[in-house]
Amino acid sequence: MDATYEYLVSVLPAAASWPSWLVVAIITALPALACFTFMALGPLIYVYAERKVSAFMQDRIGPNRVGPIGLLQTVADTIKLLFKEAIFPKKVDRKLFVIAPVLVNVGAFMPFLVIPWGGRLQPADLNVGVFYVVAIASLSTVGLIMAGWASNNKYSLFGGMRSAAQIVSYEIPAMMILLVPVMIVGSLSLQDITEAQSGGLQNWFLFRYFPIMPVAFLVFFTAGLAETNRAPFDIPEAESELVGGFHTEYSGFFFACFFMAEYTEMFVLSAVASVLFFGGYLAPHPALQQIGSVPLGWLWMWLKAWSLVFVMMWLRWTLPRSRVDQLMHIAWKVLLPIALVLVVVVGGLVLVPATADGFPWDRWVGWPLTLGLAAFLLYVMVRALQWSRRRTQELAAARQAVTP
Amino acid sequence: MIRWFKDAWEGFFTVLVGMRITWRHLFTDPVTLQYPNVKWPLPPKSRMRLFMKYEDCIGCGQCVRACPVNCISLKADKRPADAPPIWAANGQAIKLHVAVFDIDMSLCCYCNLCTYPCPTNCIYMTPEYEFATSDLTQHLYRFAKKDAQFILEDPKKKAAAPPATPPAKPAGA
Repeated sequence: MDATYEYLVSVLPAAASWPSWLVVAIITALPALACFTFMALGPLIYVYAERKVSAFMQDRIGPNRVGPIGLLQTVADTIKLLFKEAIFPKKVDRKLFVIAPVLVNVGAFMPFLVIPWGGRLQPADLNVGVFYVVAIASLSTVGLIMAGWASNNKYSLFGGMRSAAQIVSYEIPAMMILLVPVMIVGSLSLQDITEAQSGGLQNWFLFRYFPIMPVAFLVFFTAGLAETNRAPFDIPEAESELVGGFHTEYSGFFFACFFMAEYTEMFVLSAVASVLFFGGYLAPHPALQQIGSVPLGWLWMWLKAWSLVFVMMWLRWTLPRSRVDQLMHIAWKVLLPIALVLVVVVGGLVLVPATADGFPWDRWVGWPLTLGLAAFLLYVMVRALQWSRRRTQELAAARQAVTP
Repeated sequence: MIRWFKDAWEGFFTVLVGMRITWRHLFTDPVTLQYPNVKWPLPPKSRMRLFMKYEDCIGCGQCVRACPVNCISLKADKRPADAPPIWAANGQAIKLHVAVFDIDMSLCCYCNLCTYPCPTNCIYMTPEYEFATSDLTQHLYRFAKKDAQFILEDPKKKAAAPPATPPAKPAGA
């Protein structure tokens, strides 16, 4: 907030003499409006991307009728959802039924307050940033249970209860892992956590204490995936068992609200993960941090968050939905022990001062190893590209063969 | 304990295996065919909508007898004695006037049995398959024509006139 005020004064010197209520209104409303627009329009892109990614992964084409290469498909869907009748079944608890999607959205939207897009490009630099994200994001659990209960429908209730059970269990390993970067930095502020990783790729927390932090990232990402109710952990809305889970009875705009919240949560999770492990708005090399006087932090943040969102989509279209007992097994018997061990080990490592001669051995060991892993993955991907080209040719040949 | 690590590693590794497969398919060309714009080429001898060339029909009714579902209805009378003689394209004289030749494609089972006995090859399957209608009666195709242009000269004599060229053989059947 202070940073925003300073920025406002530096852009508009006259603002210093304005009445304080006006200044406060401006510096709170503008970021809020920007974030809300980002959240409201984001799903247009996410849904389109998700449908295209899923289509390409299944050798389909995906939406391509509305607008050029189907770009306006989600716009058309949104307009349809907005104009559709919101049906209230007879026996729903109307008040809760309306509040639930709002609450879910609030829980998904509020973390934007502390997501840093640049050194000063952050709505508010709370000193309890990480804690705030965790606390506010849990609000959507209440919304989901509320939706399940208010629908007065057994499937909705099942969905709500499942999501509650799932989010509560997966929050524990996720919180444990959140402690790891927080312990290293000694601050809960997302801005401080990002700044602690400045200086280039090798200082990102992903490469610290190799191989501890990559594992921590994997645990955090898995737990986050479950918290956002994304496949393979989407049992709260498992359509083959529960019709639609908690949003069975919702229609029109209220249904759209749930979707908006899901995609916003995905983005928030990816953004938080990129702040904690990938240096947030920091460029891989300090030279790339800005071009001339144009800061590129927002672009790096956006790229990192979007890459993680893509990985989420990738996982969704790769893995089958897990069973409830498997879900609990992963949370309590796999992720939680790993997280506990990591917290204890990193806690010990933080106490040990940097090596006597100041050489950051962990980073300089972890970095090449991680790069080697990345190179291996790249190799696999190139091989995959070759495979897909060959397969395409085979398909074309098969099509030729059918032609009389 | 070792079992636990093995399971955890296997879980992680198999996810990677799956991701590799989906990544490979991400860049494969889609197999989708944009149907109304692009169509699969039909295999040869595709059996689709029936067609009857009215000018060649001699009204023998063999197709009607061959049809297992009775989808062809034929009504033929003797041609009046003073009518000009007409011939089918393969040289067979047409002795009967075909007043009605209806094929109900909604009954047709596409068995192709009617085309084999036809002595003049006038009934055959076309590769036309997009004839869905909202009204079932539109599947009744009436092939009898009032203004048919019959062959008024014997094709055999015509073929025999220039002795060098062999008589044209009808294709297939």
